[in-house]
Amino acid sequence: MNIKDALEIFSETHPGMVRSHNEDSVACEPACGLVVLADGMGGYNAGEVASGIAVSVVVTEVSYRLKYANPVERVAKDGEDLGVSLLRENIQKANASIFHAAQSQPQYAGMGTTIVTGLFYDNRVAVGHVGDSRMYRLRGEVLETITRDHSLLQEQIDSGMLSVEDARLSKNKNLVTRAVGIDAEMQPEIHVHDVLVGDIYLLCSDGLNDMVEDVDIQSTLCTLQNNLPLAANRLIQMANDNGGRDNVSVILVRVKRTFAVPRGWMAKLLVWFEK
Amino acid sequence: MAAKLILSMDGAIIKEYPLTKERMTIGRKEHNDIAIDNLAVSGEHAAIVTILLDSFLEDLDSTNGLTVNGKATKKHFLQNNDVIEIGKYKLKYITDQISQTTPADFEKTMVLRAPVKQAASKPAEKPGTQAGGKAAQVVEVELTGRFEAQKPTNASADAAQGGASKQAAAVVQILNGPNAGKELELVKNLTTLGKPGLQVAVLTRRPNGFFITHVEGEGFPMVNGQAITNQAHQLKEHDVIELAGVKMEFYFKG
Repeated sequence: MNIKDALEIFSETHPGMVRSHNEDSVACEPACGLVVLADGMGGYNAGEVASGIAVSVVVTEVSYRLKYANPVERVAKDGEDLGVSLLRENIQKANASIFHAAQSQPQYAGMGTTIVTGLFYDNRVAVGHVGDSRMYRLRGEVLETITRDHSLLQEQIDSGMLSVEDARLSKNKNLVTRAVGIDAEMQPEIHVHDVLVGDIYLLCSDGLNDMVEDVDIQSTLCTLQNNLPLAANRLIQMANDNGGRDNVSVILVRVKRTFAVPRGWMAKLLVWFEK
Repeated sequence: MAAKLILSMDGAIIKEYPLTKERMTIGRKEHNDIAIDNLAVSGEHAAIVTILLDSFLEDLDSTNGLTVNGKATKKHFLQNNDVIEIGKYKLKYITDQISQTTPADFEKTMVLRAPVKQAASKPAEKPGTQAGGKAAQVVEVELTGRFEAQKPTNASADAAQGGASKQAAAVVQILNGPNAGKELELVKNLTTLGKPGLQVAVLTRRPNGFFITHVEGEGFPMVNGQAITNQAHQLKEHDVIELAGVKMEFYFKG
Protein backbone atom coordinates (compact mmCIF):
# COMPACT_ATOMS: atom_id res chain seq x y z
CA MET A 1 0.00 0.00 0.00
CA ASN A 2 1.35 3.32 -1.05
CA ILE A 3 1.91 5.60 1.92
CA LYS A 4 0.38 8.52 0.04
CA ASP A 5 -2.99 6.75 -0.17
CA ALA A 6 -2.92 5.53 3.40
CA LEU A 7 -2.73 8.94 5.04
CA GLU A 8 -4.77 12.09 4.88
CA ILE A 9 -2.71 15.12 5.86
CA PHE A 10 -3.75 18.70 6.45
CA SER A 11 -1.75 21.58 7.86
CA GLU A 12 -2.52 25.15 8.77
CA THR A 13 -0.60 27.98 10.41
CA HIS A 14 -1.72 31.35 11.73
CA PRO A 15 0.18 34.28 13.29
CA GLY A 16 -2.34 34.54 16.15
CA MET A 17 -3.99 37.67 17.48
CA VAL A 18 -1.01 39.47 19.02
CA ARG A 19 2.13 38.79 17.02
CA SER A 20 2.71 40.65 13.80
CA HIS A 21 4.55 37.84 12.07
CA ASN A 22 4.60 34.10 12.03
CA GLU A 23 7.75 32.35 13.23
CA ASP A 24 6.30 28.87 12.82
CA SER A 25 7.01 26.73 9.77
CA VAL A 26 5.19 23.62 8.64
CA ALA A 27 5.72 21.21 5.76
CA CYS A 28 4.22 17.93 4.63
CA GLU A 29 5.56 15.44 2.12
CA PRO A 30 2.72 12.98 1.57
CA ALA A 31 4.71 10.92 -0.96
CA CYS A 32 7.01 9.66 1.76
CA GLY A 33 4.72 10.07 4.77
CA LEU A 34 6.68 12.91 6.32
CA VAL A 35 5.35 15.84 8.36
CA VAL A 36 7.47 18.56 10.00
CA LEU A 37 6.58 21.50 12.23
CA ALA A 38 8.97 24.03 13.78
CA ASP A 39 8.49 27.01 16.10
CA GLY A 40 11.31 29.49 15.68
CA MET A 41 12.69 31.98 18.17
CA GLY A 42 15.02 34.93 17.89
CA GLY A 43 14.77 38.64 17.25
CA TYR A 44 13.46 40.39 14.15
CA ASN A 45 12.81 37.74 11.54
CA ALA A 46 15.48 35.33 12.83
CA GLY A 47 12.81 33.03 14.28
CA GLU A 48 11.25 32.53 10.88
CA VAL A 49 14.65 31.93 9.36
CA ALA A 50 15.52 29.27 11.93
CA SER A 51 12.23 27.39 11.68
CA GLY A 52 12.34 27.69 7.89
CA ILE A 53 15.82 26.19 7.70
CA ALA A 54 14.88 23.35 10.05
CA VAL A 55 11.78 22.38 8.09
CA SER A 56 13.37 22.62 4.66
CA VAL A 57 16.51 20.68 5.63
CA VAL A 58 14.50 17.81 7.11
CA VAL A 59 11.93 17.66 4.31
CA THR A 60 14.41 17.96 1.45
CA GLU A 61 16.99 15.56 2.80
CA VAL A 62 14.63 12.87 4.09
CA SER A 63 12.44 12.82 0.99
CA TYR A 64 15.48 12.74 -1.28
CA ARG A 65 16.98 9.76 0.54
CA LEU A 66 13.68 7.89 0.57
CA LYS A 67 13.41 8.06 -3.20
CA TYR A 68 16.15 5.48 -3.42
CA ALA A 69 15.85 3.68 -0.10
CA ASN A 70 13.28 2.06 2.11
CA PRO A 71 12.81 3.38 5.64
CA VAL A 72 12.64 -0.14 7.10
CA GLU A 73 16.18 -0.97 5.96
CA ARG A 74 18.58 -1.51 8.79
CA VAL A 75 21.40 0.90 9.19
CA ALA A 76 24.57 -1.17 9.41
CA LYS A 77 26.29 0.52 12.28
CA ASP A 78 23.69 0.42 15.05
CA GLY A 79 20.87 -1.73 13.68
CA GLU A 80 18.17 0.95 13.82
CA ASP A 81 15.71 1.60 11.02
CA LEU A 82 16.83 3.89 8.24
CA GLY A 83 13.73 6.00 8.98
CA VAL A 84 14.92 6.65 12.51
CA SER A 85 18.47 7.44 11.60
CA LEU A 86 17.32 9.74 8.77
CA LEU A 87 15.31 11.79 11.23
CA ARG A 88 18.17 11.96 13.70
CA GLU A 89 20.83 12.85 11.14
CA ASN A 90 18.76 15.50 9.46
CA ILE A 91 17.56 17.21 12.62
CA GLN A 92 21.24 17.38 13.52
CA LYS A 93 22.03 18.67 10.06
CA ALA A 94 19.38 21.39 10.54
CA ASN A 95 20.98 22.17 13.88
CA ALA A 96 24.37 22.65 12.26
CA SER A 97 22.97 24.87 9.46
CA ILE A 98 21.11 27.13 11.86
CA PHE A 99 24.04 27.27 14.25
CA HIS A 100 26.44 28.27 11.49
CA ALA A 101 24.06 30.84 10.03
CA ALA A 102 23.66 32.32 13.51
CA GLN A 103 27.42 32.40 14.01
CA SER A 104 28.20 34.04 10.69
CA GLN A 105 25.31 36.54 10.42
CA PRO A 106 25.10 38.98 13.32
CA GLN A 107 21.41 39.64 12.74
CA TYR A 108 20.69 35.94 13.27
CA ALA A 109 22.78 35.56 16.42
CA GLY A 110 21.08 33.38 18.99
CA MET A 111 18.27 32.18 16.75
CA GLY A 112 16.91 28.71 17.27
CA THR A 113 13.83 26.62 16.80
CA THR A 114 11.88 23.74 18.19
CA ILE A 115 10.97 20.89 15.87
CA VAL A 116 8.56 18.00 15.84
CA THR A 117 8.49 15.57 12.97
CA GLY A 118 6.79 12.31 12.11
CA LEU A 119 7.83 9.80 9.45
CA PHE A 120 5.11 7.23 8.73
CA TYR A 121 6.22 3.88 7.31
CA ASP A 122 5.38 0.20 7.67
CA ASN A 123 2.44 0.70 10.08
CA ARG A 124 4.67 2.74 12.36
CA VAL A 125 5.57 6.34 12.94
CA ALA A 126 9.03 7.53 13.90
CA VAL A 127 8.66 10.71 15.94
CA GLY A 128 11.56 13.07 16.45
CA HIS A 129 11.34 16.22 18.52
CA VAL A 130 13.35 18.94 20.20
CA GLY A 131 11.83 21.60 22.46
CA ASP A 132 8.19 22.13 23.33
CA SER A 133 6.37 21.53 20.06
CA ARG A 134 4.21 18.48 20.53
CA MET A 135 2.71 15.46 18.87
CA TYR A 136 -0.62 14.20 20.13
CA ARG A 137 -2.38 10.99 19.16
CA LEU A 138 -6.12 10.45 19.20
CA ARG A 139 -6.87 6.73 19.32
CA GLY A 140 -10.54 5.91 19.77
CA GLU A 141 -11.61 8.67 22.13
CA VAL A 142 -8.33 8.93 24.01
CA LEU A 143 -6.01 11.85 23.36
CA GLU A 144 -2.42 11.32 24.45
CA THR A 145 0.71 13.41 24.17
CA ILE A 146 3.32 11.17 22.61
CA THR A 147 6.19 13.62 22.88
CA ARG A 148 7.46 14.98 26.15
CA ASP A 149 8.39 18.67 26.13
CA HIS A 150 11.99 19.63 26.63
CA SER A 151 11.03 22.44 28.95
CA LEU A 152 11.75 23.64 32.45
CA LEU A 153 8.16 22.99 33.41
CA GLN A 154 8.23 19.39 32.20
CA GLU A 155 11.47 18.79 34.10
CA GLN A 156 9.89 20.15 37.24
CA ILE A 157 6.87 17.93 36.73
CA ASP A 158 9.12 14.91 36.19
CA SER A 159 11.10 15.61 39.32
CA GLY A 160 7.91 15.82 41.36
CA MET A 161 8.36 19.48 42.16
CA LEU A 162 5.21 20.55 40.35
CA SER A 163 1.96 18.75 39.75
CA VAL A 164 0.42 18.93 36.29
CA GLU A 165 -2.34 21.16 37.69
CA ASP A 166 0.16 23.49 39.36
CA ALA A 167 2.09 23.77 36.12
CA ARG A 168 -0.72 25.92 34.74
CA LEU A 169 0.01 28.46 37.50
CA SER A 170 3.72 28.63 36.81
CA LYS A 171 5.22 31.86 35.61
CA ASN A 172 8.07 30.02 33.95
CA LYS A 173 6.29 28.98 30.79
CA ASN A 174 7.93 28.98 27.39
CA LEU A 175 11.38 28.07 28.67
CA VAL A 176 12.76 25.26 26.58
CA THR A 177 15.74 23.25 27.72
CA ARG A 178 16.67 21.96 24.28
CA ALA A 179 16.46 23.70 20.91
CA VAL A 180 17.72 23.30 17.36
CA GLY A 181 20.51 25.70 16.35
CA ILE A 182 21.57 27.02 19.74
CA ASP A 183 24.57 24.77 20.36
CA ALA A 184 27.01 23.05 18.03
CA GLU A 185 25.85 19.63 19.26
CA MET A 186 22.29 18.55 19.95
CA GLN A 187 20.48 15.25 20.51
CA PRO A 188 16.93 14.98 19.16
CA GLU A 189 14.60 12.63 21.02
CA ILE A 190 13.30 9.89 18.73
CA HIS A 191 10.77 7.15 19.42
CA VAL A 192 8.90 4.74 17.18
CA HIS A 193 5.19 4.08 17.78
CA ASP A 194 2.84 1.56 16.23
CA VAL A 195 0.08 3.06 14.12
CA LEU A 196 -3.52 1.82 13.87
CA VAL A 197 -6.08 2.60 11.22
CA GLY A 198 -8.31 5.43 12.49
CA ASP A 199 -5.58 7.13 14.53
CA ILE A 200 -5.36 10.90 14.26
CA TYR A 201 -1.99 12.53 14.84
CA LEU A 202 -1.75 16.19 15.74
CA LEU A 203 1.51 18.11 15.57
CA CYS A 204 1.31 21.58 17.05
CA SER A 205 3.31 24.54 18.26
CA ASP A 206 2.86 25.72 21.86
CA GLY A 207 0.54 28.46 20.58
CA LEU A 208 -2.12 25.76 20.52
CA ASN A 209 -1.59 23.83 23.74
CA ASP A 210 -0.88 26.96 25.81
CA MET A 211 -4.18 28.50 24.78
CA VAL A 212 -6.47 25.48 24.42
CA GLU A 213 -7.11 22.85 27.08
CA ASP A 214 -6.45 19.22 26.17
CA VAL A 215 -10.13 18.33 26.68
CA ASP A 216 -11.14 20.87 24.04
CA ILE A 217 -8.50 19.55 21.64
CA GLN A 218 -9.81 16.05 22.29
CA SER A 219 -13.46 16.91 21.68
CA THR A 220 -12.63 18.82 18.50
CA LEU A 221 -10.61 15.95 17.06
CA CYS A 222 -13.23 13.39 18.08
CA THR A 223 -16.08 15.33 16.52
CA LEU A 224 -14.39 16.54 13.38
CA GLN A 225 -12.11 13.63 12.55
CA ASN A 226 -13.78 13.07 9.20
CA ASN A 227 -13.12 16.64 8.14
CA LEU A 228 -9.49 17.48 8.86
CA PRO A 229 -9.52 20.98 7.31
CA LEU A 230 -12.43 21.93 9.53
CA ALA A 231 -10.78 20.37 12.59
CA ALA A 232 -7.53 22.28 11.96
CA ASN A 233 -9.52 25.44 11.41
CA ARG A 234 -11.46 25.00 14.58
CA LEU A 235 -8.31 24.31 16.67
CA ILE A 236 -6.71 27.53 15.46
CA GLN A 237 -9.96 29.41 15.98
CA MET A 238 -10.13 28.22 19.61
CA ALA A 239 -6.55 29.34 20.25
CA ASN A 240 -7.35 32.75 18.79
CA ASP A 241 -10.67 33.04 20.61
CA ASN A 242 -8.80 32.44 23.88
CA GLY A 243 -6.41 35.29 23.16
CA GLY A 244 -4.12 33.89 20.44
CA ARG A 245 -1.00 35.22 22.11
CA ASP A 246 1.41 33.17 20.03
CA ASN A 247 1.68 31.86 16.51
CA VAL A 248 -0.36 28.70 16.21
CA SER A 249 0.30 25.86 13.81
CA VAL A 250 -1.22 22.43 13.45
CA ILE A 251 -0.63 19.44 11.22
CA LEU A 252 -3.25 16.70 11.26
CA VAL A 253 -2.64 13.20 9.96
CA ARG A 254 -5.44 10.66 9.69
CA VAL A 255 -4.60 7.02 9.08
CA LYS A 256 -7.05 5.68 6.50
CA ARG A 257 -5.49 2.30 5.70
CA THR A 258 -2.65 0.08 6.81
CA PHE A 259 0.65 0.71 5.10
CA ALA A 260 2.90 -2.27 5.70
CA VAL A 261 6.00 -2.39 3.57
CA PRO A 262 5.78 -5.23 1.03
CA ARG A 263 8.18 -7.96 2.04
CA GLY A 264 8.15 -10.83 -0.53
CA TRP A 265 10.55 -10.76 -3.51
CA MET A 266 7.62 -10.47 -5.90
CA ALA A 267 6.32 -7.41 -4.09
CA LYS A 268 9.75 -5.88 -4.14
CA LEU A 269 9.99 -6.49 -7.84
CA LEU A 270 6.65 -4.77 -8.42
CA VAL A 271 7.73 -1.79 -6.35
CA TRP A 272 10.90 -1.67 -8.39
CA PHE A 273 8.90 -1.55 -11.61
CA GLU A 274 6.73 1.24 -10.30
CA LYS A 275 9.71 3.52 -9.90
CA MET B 1 11.10 43.27 40.77
CA ALA B 2 11.89 40.21 42.70
CA ALA B 3 9.16 38.60 44.71
CA LYS B 4 9.22 39.35 48.42
CA LEU B 5 7.95 38.20 51.79
CA ILE B 6 6.51 40.66 54.27
CA LEU B 7 6.92 39.56 57.88
CA SER B 8 4.29 40.77 60.30
CA MET B 9 2.83 39.99 63.71
CA ASP B 10 -0.60 41.08 64.95
CA GLY B 11 -0.98 43.26 61.88
CA ALA B 12 2.24 45.17 62.47
CA ILE B 13 4.80 44.89 59.68
CA ILE B 14 8.21 43.89 60.96
CA LYS B 15 10.34 43.59 57.85
CA GLU B 16 10.38 42.93 54.12
CA TYR B 17 12.56 40.24 52.59
CA PRO B 18 13.15 40.26 48.83
CA LEU B 19 13.57 36.71 47.49
CA THR B 20 16.88 37.33 45.79
CA LYS B 21 18.50 34.00 46.51
CA GLU B 22 17.90 30.61 45.00
CA ARG B 23 17.16 29.21 48.44
CA MET B 24 16.26 31.20 51.53
CA THR B 25 15.69 29.69 54.95
CA ILE B 26 13.32 30.73 57.69
CA GLY B 27 14.09 29.77 61.30
CA ARG B 28 14.90 30.76 64.84
CA LYS B 29 18.67 30.53 64.55
CA GLU B 30 20.61 33.58 63.45
CA HIS B 31 22.13 32.12 60.32
CA ASN B 32 18.73 31.91 58.63
CA ASP B 33 18.00 34.43 55.90
CA ILE B 34 14.74 35.19 57.66
CA ALA B 35 15.49 34.82 61.35
CA ILE B 36 12.52 34.90 63.72
CA ASP B 37 13.60 34.82 67.33
CA ASN B 38 10.68 33.03 68.90
CA LEU B 39 10.53 29.68 70.68
CA ALA B 40 7.58 28.49 68.58
CA VAL B 41 9.84 28.65 65.54
CA SER B 42 12.21 25.75 64.89
CA GLY B 43 15.94 26.33 64.43
CA GLU B 44 15.52 25.73 60.70
CA HIS B 45 11.81 25.91 60.12
CA ALA B 46 11.22 26.26 56.41
CA ALA B 47 12.92 27.11 53.14
CA ILE B 48 11.84 28.99 50.04
CA VAL B 49 13.31 27.86 46.77
CA THR B 50 12.98 30.31 43.90
CA ILE B 51 13.44 29.18 40.32
CA LEU B 52 13.27 32.14 37.97
CA LEU B 53 9.77 33.49 38.55
CA ASP B 54 8.36 30.65 40.65
CA SER B 55 8.84 30.21 44.40
CA PHE B 56 8.23 27.06 46.40
CA LEU B 57 7.82 26.82 50.16
CA GLU B 58 9.04 23.73 51.98
CA ASP B 59 8.64 22.80 55.64
CA LEU B 60 11.99 21.56 56.97
CA ASP B 61 10.41 19.07 59.40
CA SER B 62 9.71 21.82 61.88
CA THR B 63 8.27 21.00 65.29
CA ASN B 64 5.18 23.17 65.04
CA GLY B 65 4.65 23.14 61.28
CA LEU B 66 3.22 25.96 59.23
CA THR B 67 0.11 26.90 57.33
CA VAL B 68 -0.49 28.63 54.01
CA ASN B 69 -3.76 30.57 53.80
CA GLY B 70 -4.91 28.70 56.88
CA LYS B 71 -4.11 25.21 55.59
CA ALA B 72 -1.36 23.07 57.12
CA THR B 73 1.13 22.08 54.44
CA LYS B 74 4.56 20.55 53.94
CA LYS B 75 5.24 21.86 50.48
CA HIS B 76 3.53 24.63 48.57
CA PHE B 77 3.85 26.40 45.25
CA LEU B 78 3.54 30.06 46.29
CA GLN B 79 1.06 32.31 44.52
CA ASN B 80 0.72 36.07 44.84
CA ASN B 81 -0.79 37.17 48.21
CA ASP B 82 -0.39 33.77 49.88
CA VAL B 83 -0.04 34.11 53.63
CA ILE B 84 2.34 31.77 55.42
CA GLU B 85 1.79 31.45 59.17
CA ILE B 86 4.44 30.25 61.56
CA GLY B 87 3.27 30.51 65.14
CA LYS B 88 2.04 34.05 65.60
CA TYR B 89 4.02 35.34 62.67
CA LYS B 90 2.68 35.93 59.22
CA LEU B 91 4.67 36.08 56.01
CA LYS B 92 2.86 37.43 52.99
CA TYR B 93 4.18 36.48 49.58
CA ILE B 94 4.04 39.27 47.03
CA THR B 95 5.12 38.93 43.44
CA ASP B 96 4.58 41.73 41.00
CA GLN B 97 5.52 39.59 38.04
CA ILE B 98 2.56 39.45 35.79
CA SER B 99 1.41 35.90 35.61
CA GLN B 100 2.07 34.10 32.38
CA THR B 101 -1.62 33.46 32.09
CA THR B 102 -1.85 37.08 31.01
CA PRO B 103 0.18 38.32 28.08
CA ALA B 104 3.40 39.68 29.46
CA ASP B 105 6.81 40.62 28.25
CA PHE B 106 8.05 37.22 29.27
CA GLU B 107 5.88 35.51 26.75
CA LYS B 108 8.35 34.52 24.07
CA THR B 109 9.82 31.09 24.02
CA MET B 110 13.36 31.14 25.28
CA VAL B 111 16.12 28.65 25.60
CA LEU B 112 17.22 27.69 29.05
CA ARG B 113 20.65 26.22 29.35
CA ALA B 114 21.86 24.21 32.26
CA PRO B 115 25.18 25.51 33.53
CA VAL B 116 28.33 23.79 32.35
CA LYS B 117 29.17 21.07 34.87
CA GLN B 118 32.55 22.49 35.97
CA ALA B 119 31.67 25.02 38.62
CA ALA B 120 35.20 26.37 38.40
CA SER B 121 34.56 27.91 35.03
CA LYS B 122 31.50 29.57 36.43
CA PRO B 123 32.18 32.94 38.02
CA ALA B 124 28.49 33.69 38.13
CA GLU B 125 28.11 32.20 41.60
CA LYS B 126 26.27 34.90 43.48
CA PRO B 127 27.78 35.99 46.79
CA GLY B 128 26.06 34.38 49.71
CA THR B 129 24.64 31.35 47.91
CA GLN B 130 26.89 28.99 49.85
CA ALA B 131 24.52 29.01 52.82
CA GLY B 132 23.41 25.62 54.03
CA GLY B 133 26.09 23.84 52.03
CA LYS B 134 23.54 22.67 49.51
CA ALA B 135 24.85 23.45 46.09
CA ALA B 136 22.42 25.90 44.70
CA GLN B 137 21.73 25.09 41.10
CA VAL B 138 22.33 28.15 39.04
CA VAL B 139 20.30 28.37 35.93
CA GLU B 140 21.25 30.67 33.19
CA VAL B 141 18.60 32.06 31.01
CA GLU B 142 19.61 32.98 27.59
CA LEU B 143 17.21 35.37 26.05
CA THR B 144 16.99 34.64 22.43
CA GLY B 145 13.51 36.01 22.29
CA ARG B 146 12.97 39.66 21.61
CA PHE B 147 10.97 41.22 24.35
CA GLU B 148 7.77 42.56 23.02
CA ALA B 149 6.96 45.81 24.69
CA GLN B 150 3.28 45.31 24.31
CA LYS B 151 0.63 46.66 26.59
CA PRO B 152 -1.09 43.81 28.35
CA THR B 153 -4.03 43.06 26.16
CA ASN B 154 -5.52 40.84 28.82
CA ALA B 155 -8.54 43.07 29.11
CA SER B 156 -9.74 42.02 25.71
CA ALA B 157 -8.74 38.39 26.23
CA ASP B 158 -10.52 38.29 29.59
CA ALA B 159 -13.52 39.94 28.11
CA ALA B 160 -13.52 37.34 25.39
CA GLN B 161 -13.29 34.49 27.85
CA GLY B 162 -15.69 36.04 30.26
CA GLY B 163 -18.03 36.67 27.38
CA ALA B 164 -18.06 33.00 26.50
CA SER B 165 -18.84 31.86 30.01
CA LYS B 166 -21.40 34.55 30.65
CA GLN B 167 -23.04 33.99 27.29
CA ALA B 168 -26.73 33.21 27.58
CA ALA B 169 -27.44 29.50 27.38
CA ALA B 170 -28.50 28.56 23.90
CA VAL B 171 -30.78 25.75 22.90
CA VAL B 172 -31.89 23.99 19.74
CA GLN B 173 -35.37 22.57 19.82
CA ILE B 174 -36.48 19.89 17.37
CA LEU B 175 -39.61 20.93 15.50
CA ASN B 176 -40.68 17.85 13.54
CA GLY B 177 -40.44 14.06 13.48
CA PRO B 178 -40.66 11.64 16.40
CA ASN B 179 -38.41 13.76 18.60
CA ALA B 180 -40.40 16.95 18.07
CA GLY B 181 -40.34 19.21 21.09
CA LYS B 182 -37.05 17.87 22.41
CA GLU B 183 -34.54 20.48 23.50
CA LEU B 184 -30.81 20.23 23.22
CA GLU B 185 -28.89 22.64 25.37
CA LEU B 186 -25.64 23.85 23.80
CA VAL B 187 -23.38 23.55 26.81
CA LYS B 188 -20.27 22.35 25.03
CA ASN B 189 -17.98 24.39 22.81
CA LEU B 190 -18.73 21.94 20.05
CA THR B 191 -22.01 20.14 19.43
CA THR B 192 -22.60 17.88 16.44
CA LEU B 193 -25.95 17.52 14.74
CA GLY B 194 -27.14 15.03 12.13
CA LYS B 195 -26.40 11.46 11.16
CA PRO B 196 -22.81 10.38 10.50
CA GLY B 197 -22.42 9.20 6.91
CA LEU B 198 -25.53 11.08 5.85
CA GLN B 199 -25.28 14.70 6.89
CA VAL B 200 -23.40 16.20 9.80
CA ALA B 201 -23.03 19.78 10.94
CA VAL B 202 -21.36 21.19 13.98
CA LEU B 203 -22.48 24.03 16.24
CA THR B 204 -19.57 25.91 17.76
CA ARG B 205 -19.74 28.29 20.66
CA ARG B 206 -17.43 31.26 20.26
CA PRO B 207 -17.03 34.47 22.23
CA ASN B 208 -19.10 36.36 19.70
CA GLY B 209 -21.91 33.85 19.40
CA PHE B 210 -22.88 30.47 17.96
CA PHE B 211 -21.97 29.25 14.51
CA ILE B 212 -23.08 26.36 12.37
CA THR B 213 -20.60 24.70 10.01
CA HIS B 214 -21.06 21.91 7.50
CA VAL B 215 -18.92 18.84 8.33
CA GLU B 216 -19.92 16.01 6.00
CA GLY B 217 -22.64 14.86 3.65
CA GLU B 218 -23.83 15.65 0.15
CA GLY B 219 -26.09 18.52 0.99
CA PHE B 220 -25.41 21.55 3.12
CA PRO B 221 -27.56 22.37 6.12
CA MET B 222 -30.30 24.94 5.59
CA VAL B 223 -30.83 27.97 7.79
CA ASN B 224 -34.23 29.65 7.37
CA GLY B 225 -34.74 27.77 4.11
CA GLN B 226 -31.37 28.76 2.60
CA ALA B 227 -28.47 26.35 2.26
CA ILE B 228 -25.38 27.66 4.01
CA THR B 229 -22.02 27.80 2.23
CA ASN B 230 -18.98 25.85 3.33
CA GLN B 231 -18.15 28.76 5.65
CA ALA B 232 -19.26 29.00 9.25
CA HIS B 233 -22.63 30.70 9.53
CA GLN B 234 -23.57 32.73 12.59
CA LEU B 235 -26.89 31.83 14.16
CA LYS B 236 -29.43 34.41 15.21
CA GLU B 237 -32.26 34.01 17.68
CA HIS B 238 -35.10 31.86 16.27
CA ASP B 239 -33.18 30.72 13.20
CA VAL B 240 -34.58 27.46 11.86
CA ILE B 241 -31.97 24.87 10.95
CA GLU B 242 -32.83 22.00 8.65
CA LEU B 243 -30.54 19.03 8.55
CA ALA B 244 -31.15 15.53 7.15
CA GLY B 245 -34.87 16.24 7.07
CA VAL B 246 -35.03 17.40 10.68
CA LYS B 247 -36.03 20.96 11.45
CA MET B 248 -34.92 22.65 14.60
CA GLU B 249 -35.05 26.10 16.06
CA PHE B 250 -32.14 27.91 17.66
CA TYR B 251 -32.78 30.34 20.49
CA PHE B 252 -31.26 31.73 23.67
CA LYS B 253 -32.71 30.65 26.95
CA GLY B 254 -33.61 32.97 29.78
